Amino acid sequence: MERVDARGLSCPEPVILTRKAIQKGANEIEVLVDNVTSRENVTRSAEHAGYKVSVSENDGEFTMSLRK
Amino acid sequence: MNNNSKTGIIIAGLIIGVIASLLVLFGNPANMGFCIACFIRDTAGALGLHQAPPVQYIRPEIIGIILGSFGVALATGEFSPKGGSAPLTRFAIGFCVMVGCLMFLGCPFRMIIRLGGGDLNALLGLAGFALGILCGVFFLNQGYSLKRTYRLAATEGVILPAVAAALFALLLLAPAFIHFTEPDGGPGAKHAAIFISLIAGAVVGILAQRTRLCMAGGLRDVVLFKDFRLISGFAAIFVACLVMNLILTAATAGTYFHMGFAGQAIAHTDGLWNLLGMFTVGFGAILLGGCPLRQLVLAGEGNTDSAMAVLGLLVGAAFCHNFGLASSGEGPTANGKIAVVICIAVLAVIASVNTFGKKE
Repeated sequence: MERVDARGLSCPEPVILTRKAIQKGANEIEVLVDNVTSRENVTRSAEHAGYKVSVSENDGEFTMSLRK
Repeated sequence: MNNNSKTGIIIAGLIIGVIASLLVLFGNPANMGFCIACFIRDTAGALGLHQAPPVQYIRPEIIGIILGSFGVALATGEFSPKGGSAPLTRFAIGFCVMVGCLMFLGCPFRMIIRLGGGDLNALLGLAGFALGILCGVFFLNQGYSLKRTYRLAATEGVILPAVAAALFALLLLAPAFIHFTEPDGGPGAKHAAIFISLIAGAVVGILAQRTRLCMAGGLRDVVLFKDFRLISGFAAIFVACLVMNLILTAATAGTYFHMGFAGQAIAHTDGLWNLLGMFTVGFGAILLGGCPLRQLVLAGEGNTDSAMAVLGLLVGAAFCHNFGLASSGEGPTANGKIAVVICIAVLAVIASVNTFGKKE
């Protein structure tokens, strides 16, 4: 499983990092972000690439699971 | 409103475009319902940071945007004080962006508004803006990053909104040490009533916060991700502004739409420098992660790095008028041209160092 730690980064960086993981062909990717804008943008980008996205929040940080 | 929907941002863009046109009807300078750069510059003048009498007024639109974003971020739980991602670098980029804006005479927001008023000089600006964005995207693709932000105490995030509220108090009280352009003394004297401007700013701040509207992010996301969401907001502002200007021109005695290059309000016809000015702005905006409007909105959400960029814009504006860097209707100045070239070089160095210089 690929893991992308994009906490503290603001868009578009989290999306760029996630797309790099997607381009490696990973079926499961875990993305960590810490703001709502990044959560939205990573979700939109991942869904566009055919992944199912589930999100859990803990104290302002979002753990996003991307699955093919 | 669904933050992710294209419809949402198009509706927001249409509302913002209509508001921008109406502000001119209510008294703002022509083709300047909004201009983040010009309004920060006017505010710098009002505070005596520069001594250019025609452009001194505390613009309530700026205050409204910051407080609108702050309020809605608090209400939605998105208020999040943070910072530490290269603050002084962001200050410097903000400074350079202002130099570019005042070469062109407008931020990206006013560039769209100028296009909607028929000012074809803004097409050269748009071309430069697009080239600047492409330049920034090149560095993003190579790994450009100003590194991570960290959580800060709530007080940090409240400072800029508190300053905005204090500025509003100064506007209302108008003490002698605040400078205001004399009636008919220049663009600073043209403004809508204080509360109309404040409410207009607040509505734009709220809509921009909810939709993440960004003038630079639009083209960036198209190039990087083929994502057309943000740019549809940009396009909607243009359409609404154009239609409203045509309606106002037909319905009132004033002229709100005048197509051509010559004789445009608060604009000059030097195409090369319009292009280079907005190139600087596009490049800088990508390095900052958003246009001047977006920086105000993020600062309202508690992002102190964006607040640093806003301070860079403010100080940049003061420098522009203290050292004769800002253009006027007559055209750019020699000093301004030198400053733009230096700023492009500074941005190139910042981009290179933060792309190739340090790997995490």
